[in-house]
Order: sequence, then structure tokens, then C-alpha cells
Amino acid sequence: MITRTLLTIVTTAMCTMAFAADEVKIGMLQGFTGPTESLVAPMAKGGELAIKEVSDSGLFLGGKKVVSVRGDSTCIDAAAATAAAERLITSEGVVAINGATCSGATTAVLNNVAVPNGVVMISPSATSPALSTIEDNGLFFRTAPSDARQGEIMGKVLGSRGIKSVALTYTNNDYGKGLADSFKAAFEASGGEVTIVAAHEDGKADYAAEVGALSSAGGEILVVAGYLDQGGKGVIQAALDSGAFSKFMLPDGMVGDSLAQAFGTGIEGSFGTVPGTDSPGAKMMGDITKGADFSGTDPYVPECYDASALLLLAMQSAGSTDSAVFKEHVMKVANAPGEKIYPGELAKALKILADGGEVDYVGGSAVELVGSGESAGSFREVEIKDGTFATVTYH
Amino acid sequence: MDVLNALVLFANFVVVPATAYGAQLALGALGITLIFGILRFANFAHGELMSFGTMATILLTWFLQAQGAGIAPLPTALLALPLGIVAAIAAALATDRAVYRFYRHKRANPIIFAIVSVGVMFVMAGLIRIIIGPDDQSFADGARFLIRAQEFRQVTGLKEGLAIKQSQLITVSIAVIVVLLLFWFLQKTRSGKAMRAYSDNEDLALLSGIDPDRVVTIAWIITATLATIAGVLYGLDKTYKPFIFLQLLLPIFAAAILGGIGQPVGAILGGFVVAFSEVMVTYAYKKFFSYLGPEGWAPDGLVQLLSTDYKFAVSFIILVAVLLIRPTGIIRGRVL
Repeated sequence: MITRTLLTIVTTAMCTMAFAADEVKIGMLQGFTGPTESLVAPMAKGGELAIKEVSDSGLFLGGKKVVSVRGDSTCIDAAAATAAAERLITSEGVVAINGATCSGATTAVLNNVAVPNGVVMISPSATSPALSTIEDNGLFFRTAPSDARQGEIMGKVLGSRGIKSVALTYTNNDYGKGLADSFKAAFEASGGEVTIVAAHEDGKADYAAEVGALSSAGGEILVVAGYLDQGGKGVIQAALDSGAFSKFMLPDGMVGDSLAQAFGTGIEGSFGTVPGTDSPGAKMMGDITKGADFSGTDPYVPECYDASALLLLAMQSAGSTDSAVFKEHVMKVANAPGEKIYPGELAKALKILADGGEVDYVGGSAVELVGSGESAGSFREVEIKDGTFATVTYH
Repeated sequence: MDVLNALVLFANFVVVPATAYGAQLALGALGITLIFGILRFANFAHGELMSFGTMATILLTWFLQAQGAGIAPLPTALLALPLGIVAAIAAALATDRAVYRFYRHKRANPIIFAIVSVGVMFVMAGLIRIIIGPDDQSFADGARFLIRAQEFRQVTGLKEGLAIKQSQLITVSIAVIVVLLLFWFLQKTRSGKAMRAYSDNEDLALLSGIDPDRVVTIAWIITATLATIAGVLYGLDKTYKPFIFLQLLLPIFAAAILGGIGQPVGAILGGFVVAFSEVMVTYAYKKFFSYLGPEGWAPDGLVQLLSTDYKFAVSFIILVAVLLIRPTGIIRGRVL
């Protein structure tokens, strides 16, 4: 009798394990709380949409299911990000990570968790130039371009608008500093003048003193390399209140609906840059999210969808969920040669790969991985018109 | 030379913001100084008391806004303020009953009181975060500006604009009214005189038949009222975030000690000195001097004494300097 009970237990346990093995877990490690929380809500849904698409196709590695496990990387708390990543890998057993959202958190997770555990990580939105040269054992990729690239584009946009002198403030972290440095270098190289470079701290109540210094230095517009839910918003508020600046240049961290809602026509004519493309993928991304509770055209949603898609296609191409094996296949599925794959066509891609063919994943953000595995980057120039962000052109 | 533009610039970026900030600090410092005068300890929980009263006011403001009640163009928060004050008084009296009274009856050392107040501060901070959360809350409504920078430029034809926010005017006028009421109370009423007597010499006051419990209760009521008004005005002018009240504690203490602790006039003086120092030391005078200098000339640097990152260091420096050089403060008060 006892033997029989034991046998049942063992069999049940084995069945459960067998079931678990059929399910591939992908970590969705994003900044669900903190300065980027309003950006992340739709991003994570975009990333999970690709996972669901692959899972539902029934073609992934011979019919395995894929699920997403969320973890909160916050944005500014490296210790929290590390702990969340640790949990995803060691206790949830994820095979790869889509994340993290911010550059500081991404660096911490990569150094402390992803590299030691040998797990592939693709960030949809970490843009610090420092991540281009980080020691990653070939495990780290990003579908977002480096800020060095955004800095050049920002300089170009200012040039095309005939603006010669600007004041620059940045949020005092890896992202802000990196972007500010690359922008300043690019803008000055093209003959522009940066009158002042001043950091601001997030999470303060009052930015009147910071704006006072910025205003005193002068400049036609104020470049705010910060976060829209944090100090960046406070700086704009203080600048408008004191009449110091009325036009702003807003890099990607500042472009979002909540900023347009907060200031509306008060910052009419302000403009910014945000990763984006006019490739058919961007439109298709919008199409496949019709009827969903988020929009495929929101900032970083296509990048997050693409990060999930690349992870899964690389696994399919390698025929394995082992990071050490499929890390070599990420660049292969992302770049030519091969059949071009757009959002919503993941099933097609899985089939081609299963049949031994090649794919060139384009996705929602026109992915083209260069260098150490980061997006070459195409940018959308936006401008506040009638109180909302409108697309001007693509770079 | 363009003196007028220079003056407007200075007013816009230094005088106006520093005056509003000074009034907010002065109200906070008055609370600290009153508690020190009556209960004889440095109340570190004062910042959180401000936060608590403000939170209650915000919750009520949201309720009123949802009901469509308002007193436009004035902010709805002013309507909610009295009930917010009542909530803060209740919280202050409850902590006194639950915590401070025990130590008072034991005639505990002031340093023990100060440490107990740090404990109260943490408990209250936690409570506030549970109720309203740690995030930024916006509750200001009504007209935002009295004078817009753009309008000022058009009307006067000057190059520089002067912006005065409605919240800044409300802050200063309410602070003036509250301070006048407080002084009238302390100088003219029986209870006020009893409080001053108690503050001067506790034993003598007890001998003349002053009821100590009543004096303490009144002190807490006044302190909670001042704290809530200061917090709400700060929130209207800037923003409400539970986290910032810990940061505010430093300039408030600096103001109270600089003015002379236990001296209400000193607290007001201290509030303005600290506010003006913070703003003036961190302001970049480049543009200001370029207006005063010859046409087309501008200083090379920013002419900024201290980067804005070090704003809070100013209060620290003032605090340390006062304690070293004149521990009694500007108007001779007690020594901490």
C-alpha cells in the first residue's frame, strides 16, 4: 500500500515536472514602479504580446508554451533591480530576460545577475552609451539605440530648426549624464553653443533655484534630459512659472502622454526625439494592438515587443533555450539575410526557422543590430501641436 | 546699464520665490519654537505633522472637487484647510496622550524627548505613506497666476518678466494673518499669558495656579494648526510629496535656532533669513550683472556662489555657524 502511495506521489511529481519543462519562462524585468512607471505599463504589455503570439502559434521548439514572469526593476534602485532579477532566474527559472528599463538598473542586473548566471538579456529601453562597451560575454543586447546616437539626432533637429544656443539640464543618473554628454559633444561639433550644463535631482518639490541658474545662463530653448514623471516635469513647471523658458527640447525620457496632459498648450511648439521608425513595421505594430488596452505606437512598446520576439526567435533558430547556445543566434535572426519579419508574423518566422530557413527580423522598430548588439536606431521627431505630441518626421 | 531690468530679474528669481518660501519656513519654525518653549524639546516629528495635516486637507480637497464644490479662483484646498487642521490637532493630541505625556510625568530628560519624537516621526511617516502613498499628489486648482511673465513684459515693455503665482500671494497673506493672530493670542489673552509664564518658569507658573495640562493642550493645538497651514501652503506653491517633509525639517530647524529658540519673532526672522540665503547663494547672477554692466558685456562665468545641488548645505552652514558663534540666536532665546 505504502509502495503504491509512494509510486503515485513520484509519478505525480514527475508529471508536474514534465509539464513545467514544456513551459518556457521569459522574465519581464521592467520598471513597473518609479520614474518610468507610466512608460512601462504599455511596454510590458507589448513585450507580453509577442510572447503570447509565439506561445499560441504552437510552433515554438516543437509546441512548447511560453509565459512571461514579471519582475520590478524600478528605475533608480539598483539593489531592487538586482534582487528582482535574482528572483526571476533562481526561483522562477526564466531562460532569458526582457529588460531592464533604465540604464542604471540594466547595468546592475547585467553585472550582478545576468553575466554570473549566464542568462541572455535584451533591454528594450536602456540607452546609456556605457552599455555599448560593457563586459557582457555576448549575453547583452538592446533593441533601443545608444544615447550617443540620440545626441547626434538631437543636434541635427536643433540645426534644422535654426537654433544656435541652448541651456541643458539633465537628471543626475547614468541615462541623463550619458545623454547630456553625447548631445553636448554633437551639438558643439556642429557649431551650436550650450550655455550651461546643470544636473537636477529627481524627487524634489521645488526646482525654482535650478531654473534660476539655467535662465541666467540664457539660451533660446531649454533641453531637458530627464524623466516626465519626475524632475523633468518639475523643471518645466518651474521654467513656465517664472517665465524663464517657454520652449523645450524633450528627449525620449520626456516624451509621453502624461507630459502633454500636464502642460498641454502651455508648451506648444516644444519638440523632441523618441526612437521610432516609418518602416511598415511601426504601422503593423499599431494594427495588431487595435482593440487591446494599450497602443502599439506608444514609446518603447515596439522595442519591447521586438526584444521578446528576438529572444524567442533566437531560441527557435538555435533549437535550444540555453543562453550559452542561443546567444549566438540573436544577431543572426535580427539581421539580413533572410525573410523579413514584421509584427504579427512571428508564427511565420518560427516555421521558417524550424524548416532550417533564415529570417531577418524587422519588427516594430526596424531592428538592425550593430556593434556589440544594439539597435542602429531610427528616431521620430515629435512636436507639441494643439497640446499633444504629433510626429513631424523620421531620422 | 539697465537697472530696471536687473531689478525685475532679481525680483522674479530671488525676491518673490524666497518670500513665499520664507513664509512657509517661518510658519514651520514657529511650531518648533512653541513646542520647545512649552514642552522643552526639539520636536523632530514636526515635519511629519505638517505632512499629516496636509494629507488630510488633500483628501478632503479631492472629495470637495469631486462634489464640484469650490471657491474659484481661490484653490479648493483653502476650503478644506479647517478640517485638515482639525485632523492634525487630533493626531497631535493623540500622540501627546499616547507618548509624550508618559515621559512628561516622568520628567524625562529633553534628549529623551527628542529621541522619542524621532520615533513618532517614523511612525507618522509610515502611516502617511500607507494612507496616501509615497507619490507626488497634485491638489492645487483655481487660478495659477496673478501676473504672468509674458503679460508683465507686454505691459511694461521690459525685457524681463515678473511672474507672481496666486499661491505665493496666498502664502504670504495667510502667513501674515496667522502670525498677527498668534501674537495677539500670546500677548493679550489669558491663555496666551499663561503659556508665556509657563514657558518662562514652569515651577513659578504652577505655583500661581496655571494648569499645565491645559497649557500643553493649547500648545499642541496651535502647533498643529501652524504645521498644517505651513504644509498646505508649501504644497499649493510647490507640490505635495511625503518624502520632502524630512528634507524640510533641516531649514525649519535652522530657522528656529537662528532666530533664537523659544522666540516667536525670532522664528519668523529666521525663516526669512534662511530662505533668502538659500535662494541668493545658489542663484546665478550672470544675467543680473550683464544688465548692470556696459551694453553687450556679460560675465564669463555664471557668477554663482554655490551650485543648486548644495541648496540644503546652506541651511546646514547657517545652523553650524549660529551654534558656534551665537548659540542663543538673533533674538536671545534658549540654548538647545
